[in-house]
Amino acid sequence: MAAAVISVDGLSASYQKNTVLHDVNFQVREGTITAIVGPNGAGKSTLIKTMLGLHPKLTGNVRFWDDAFKTAKKKIGYVPQRGSVDWDFPTDALDVVTMGLYGKIGWFRIPSKKHKEKAMQALKKMGMEAYAHRQISQLSGGQQQRVFLARALAQDAELYFMDEPLAGVDASTEKAIMAILKELKSRGKTVLVVHHDLQTVPEYFDHVLFLNKKVYAHGETEKVFTKDNIATTYGGDMQWVGKGDQYVIQSTSH
Amino acid sequence: MTYTMWIILTASLVGLSCGLIGVYLILKKQAMMADAISHTVLLGIVSAYLVTQQMTGTAMLVGGILAGLLTAFLVQSLNNLKVQHDASLGIVFTTLFAIGVILISTSVGNVHLDVQHALMGEITFVPFATIDIPLIGAVPKATALLGLVLIVVIFFIIAFYKEWKITSFDPALAASIGIPVVFFHYLFMTLVSITTVASFDAVGAILVVAMLITPAAAAYLWTDKLVVMLFLSGGFGVLSAITGYWVATWLDTSISGSMAFATGCIFFISFIFSPKHGLISKWVRPAGVSEEQGI
Repeated sequence: MAAAVISVDGLSASYQKNTVLHDVNFQVREGTITAIVGPNGAGKSTLIKTMLGLHPKLTGNVRFWDDAFKTAKKKIGYVPQRGSVDWDFPTDALDVVTMGLYGKIGWFRIPSKKHKEKAMQALKKMGMEAYAHRQISQLSGGQQQRVFLARALAQDAELYFMDEPLAGVDASTEKAIMAILKELKSRGKTVLVVHHDLQTVPEYFDHVLFLNKKVYAHGETEKVFTKDNIATTYGGDMQWVGKGDQYVIQSTSH
Repeated sequence: MTYTMWIILTASLVGLSCGLIGVYLILKKQAMMADAISHTVLLGIVSAYLVTQQMTGTAMLVGGILAGLLTAFLVQSLNNLKVQHDASLGIVFTTLFAIGVILISTSVGNVHLDVQHALMGEITFVPFATIDIPLIGAVPKATALLGLVLIVVIFFIIAFYKEWKITSFDPALAASIGIPVVFFHYLFMTLVSITTVASFDAVGAILVVAMLITPAAAAYLWTDKLVVMLFLSGGFGVLSAITGYWVATWLDTSISGSMAFATGCIFFISFIFSPKHGLISKWVRPAGVSEEQGI
């Protein structure tokens, strides 16, 4: 069986006095795609940020391949929420993708032709090569998300964290992103995705983690993606629409 | 060099260094940090004077840097304690500035330091206090200090060009790939502080803000490339300095006031005529183009 890529032990974090994560424990195996789902304010983004050291943790421990984040960070790619950056920044798509390589380029050096080519390849993979020199505010939401994905691809990581990559994107972008996730999986990479659309979980993800301040359930989608688990995680926040196995949960991205 | 040339050179140096630093203030959305630091360096300079009992460039720079860092640190700390960012900015800089004002009017008294001078600057007097520099000869102190600061600013902008870019655009990604975002934040605040201290003598605390923010905000309207924005902003700064000087001599009015006014005019022209974001281009451009930005 594949080894644990991530192991999270008793992790908790807070914003001022509000505890947003409480005693979170889970392990992620290599080559899996995991959806992190939960209602608004469940701490999904905070979980990712805390694991990556972008938000201070109160207690607990996070190990990547049995190493601390500092040692492992070169093998980790992060795709922040699209809304977290200023898309009016004076730069173009290719440049944003190249930023994914800054960690590898090193101090006092400028990106070489080789780096630019690598960034271009990543853009091509996302079907964005025609927009390489387009100013980023001129891109649609879906295209911006593809640029973010391309940047992560350029990083050539072993483990990817993606914060709501499918929020507010068009259908073709969603397809393109899911195709890339499948490809990453087939190459043995591990992906964790904060996801808001419960309907697509069984189709897209082989693992699912239910989070609402603590972990309610975690495991293979077939086994743990049950009505009961959804109900306990979302509490009163949900609305059942349709019948049988059809559920739509009111949970917008934030 | 003539008296006039020294003044124009000094003003241009202010315009250039402030223009360059201003680009990142605008992009990091910390324009008001410039306002805060431009006031609190007063405390740094007064404290430096109290400690060393003289007004040397080095002491002023060190005092200004410490005051600038203290400002940045206190604003961040208050913000972490759940005071809103703009409110904590207002609280910190007015308090530190007030301490500076109190110190000036009590203990430092009638030395070459007064509130009027600190706020408005007096570029007309710059050429009188000179210092001998090997190979160049007598150079006004303020000009020499500004030249030194400009070199430092340009050095750091070039040396860490991609780090500034990524920490301004996407600090979360920067941190996740191991770039010390906090270090760069404080390094940047140091650069803002030394630029402010050096410009202090020439244009004064309040008008430093105009020089830091307005040329960069104007440059932002003209281009989609960071490098071009840096050149434009520096250029606008110098242009405002020179036109400001001529306007001031023509109308026989305050030099630093005219310079700041010139930055405002450049911004206003950019705001109306810039091909990318200007008012006119927005009217002329078919509605469909901006709709394309979509979701």
